[in-house]
Amino acid sequence: MTGLDPEAKQQRTFNCSMATTTGLESLVDQIISVITNDGRNIVGVLKGFDQATNIILDESHERVFSTKEGVQQHVLGLYIIRGDNIGVIGELDEELDASLDFSKLRAHPLKPVVH
Amino acid sequence: MLFFLYFKDLVGQEVTVELKNDLAIRGTLHSVDQYLNIKLENTRVVDQDKYPHMLSVRNCFIRGSVVRYVQLPPDGVDVDLLHDAARREARGG
Repeated sequence: MTGLDPEAKQQRTFNCSMATTTGLESLVDQIISVITNDGRNIVGVLKGFDQATNIILDESHERVFSTKEGVQQHVLGLYIIRGDNIGVIGELDEELDASLDFSKLRAHPLKPVVH
Repeated sequence: MLFFLYFKDLVGQEVTVELKNDLAIRGTLHSVDQYLNIKLENTRVVDQDKYPHMLSVRNCFIRGSVVRYVQLPPDGVDVDLLHDAARREARGG
């Protein structure tokens, strides 16, 4: 808990400039799975991003889950997704993904985000 | 600033992040930033049968604006120190 000590206050002023930046740099050119605020799941290759978490997604497709039939994939192409509509950006493990049988998966669609 | 520093000290711990769409993701806290965006490693969704949407995801970035709760290990918190720091922050120092 060193960051919260009163003695750490001076150190804190230095830490501010080299703050931990999570950043999406490590995910560029990787296949990612995005969960949007309206409950959609969009998969694609991350091409770019900015501080507001706006992203550029190439070769993207939406995965639609339903309780009645298997997962449907709608091809979208090159997309820009605005940051304020993004909830989660996940690094897709292609091996794991290939092992899934989407025709057998049944699920309720994700709920929209309520602030 | 306070919670950013607090989360920085928690890096490496197992946490469960509950989102505003009721999804809950468990994982190891990898990093945090000024917006309290959270990066988790070794993730699994808490109710995997209900939410198979992230079955092939093992590391994720969670936007701070979408977090409802961050559930922490009870012994990972020094409540007194946090209380003290919060009081100081509220006072403006």
